[in-house]
Amino acid sequence: MNVFRFILQNRSQVLELTGEHLWLVGLSTLFAMLIGIPLGIVIAHRPRLNKPVLAGANIIQTIPSLALFGFLLPLPWLGERADRLAILALTLYALLPIIRNTYTGIRGVDPAVVEAGRGMGLTEGQLLFQVELPLAVSVILSGVRVAVVISIGLATIAAAIGAGGLGEFIFRGLAMVDNSVILAGAIPAAVLALSADTGVGWLERRLRAR
Amino acid sequence: MLGLMLPPEASAAIEFRDVSYSAGGTQILSGLTLKVERGETLVLLGRSGSGKTTSLKLVNRLLSPTSGEVRVNGLPNTAFDVIRLRRSIGYVIQDGGLFPHFTVERNIGLVPKIEGWPEERIRTRVTELLRIVGLPTEMAVRYPRQLSGGQRQRVGVARALAADPEILLMDEPFGALDPLTRDELQREFLSLQQRLHKTVMFVTHDLREALRLGSRIALMEAGRLVTVLAPREFLRSADPWAAAYVRAFGDGLESSMNRGTL
Repeated sequence: MNVFRFILQNRSQVLELTGEHLWLVGLSTLFAMLIGIPLGIVIAHRPRLNKPVLAGANIIQTIPSLALFGFLLPLPWLGERADRLAILALTLYALLPIIRNTYTGIRGVDPAVVEAGRGMGLTEGQLLFQVELPLAVSVILSGVRVAVVISIGLATIAAAIGAGGLGEFIFRGLAMVDNSVILAGAIPAAVLALSADTGVGWLERRLRAR
Repeated sequence: MLGLMLPPEASAAIEFRDVSYSAGGTQILSGLTLKVERGETLVLLGRSGSGKTTSLKLVNRLLSPTSGEVRVNGLPNTAFDVIRLRRSIGYVIQDGGLFPHFTVERNIGLVPKIEGWPEERIRTRVTELLRIVGLPTEMAVRYPRQLSGGQRQRVGVARALAADPEILLMDEPFGALDPLTRDELQREFLSLQQRLHKTVMFVTHDLREALRLGSRIALMEAGRLVTVLAPREFLRSADPWAAAYVRAFGDGLESSMNRGTL
């Protein structure tokens, strides 16, 4: 079990890279939620915008990740630091599941319930925050869950542009043709993905509307 | 020409003045002129697609007329702030339209709460309303899915009454209930109405329900008002549509007008 000996011997570095990894994923997911949830809400209420917005997010999703990192490299300010670039790229990738699930979640709220609320004199803001979002929250969170899991995997590639994270071990191991070094990056990344999946999944069930 | 016979200043609770509504190129309501007097229960009777629900939604401005105007308490309903207007009109729909993520208590207390009532007053009001609609107070902490259809409908009525509106709009409120529960709720509606004297616009396609609950029945067909009749007149009406309705529901309709408790 060379891998575990390697991890133990380099535990401070493993922890550091895991921390960087979490930083990349956490910040990009946060940005993607800040952009994606409002955007999803808007397109759920303005059907005319839903096709172009979802198509745009879909197209971003189809760009190969390594290429996207490369495309972003010449950008001013962002190009100066690899972690900024990586966060931008990860944010872009995380948008689609979050926008789509917010849209689906809100569209899935029983129209009779929304109309009853409107008829009772709730303002559009009250309808959104007291009715639509609470009823859509578990669907939205399942989009966030997908986004986080994708990001954790994708963030390993960020090491290719020097953004750090667990991908460092993977690329180093590839260069050294040493499986245990690759696994020292891959195993913690997999553990992160599984825990994020479980954690957000738990939150999703907790908040599921009755 | 009903509209012409009425004095212009009589301020009915609700008044439709030559109201038409169309959507997507389809004429749904054509030239509706109708008054709902204070404290009466006006039943809109008609088959699906006759424009009953549309008429109701024009009152609380869930829809806006293509032409004509709807007046509430003598003023065009567009003169009111739309949110204030809706909060002053109770709205009950089929199956209650309750918020599934709120308890019964929060469902009923929602309008008072957003109106900024103190917690204590809301709680007292909710308890009072549960009693009025005949539900035990233990129900307050339940969620809608834990209730039967009849109980949900009672909560829907309680919620509409919460801020004590003068006007109630009821869109087939008892349509989805089994016959026994429906009978029970109709009877309670009558006794409630005897005490509260709300102005009610009640939509149904059930002639028996219309005869039993309505002080007048407005018969609609294909987006037009056919006739407005008191229940007793309705049964003897020579109007072909009214007669067709009476035939469709068959014998024993007279007994539907028995408003007693059996």
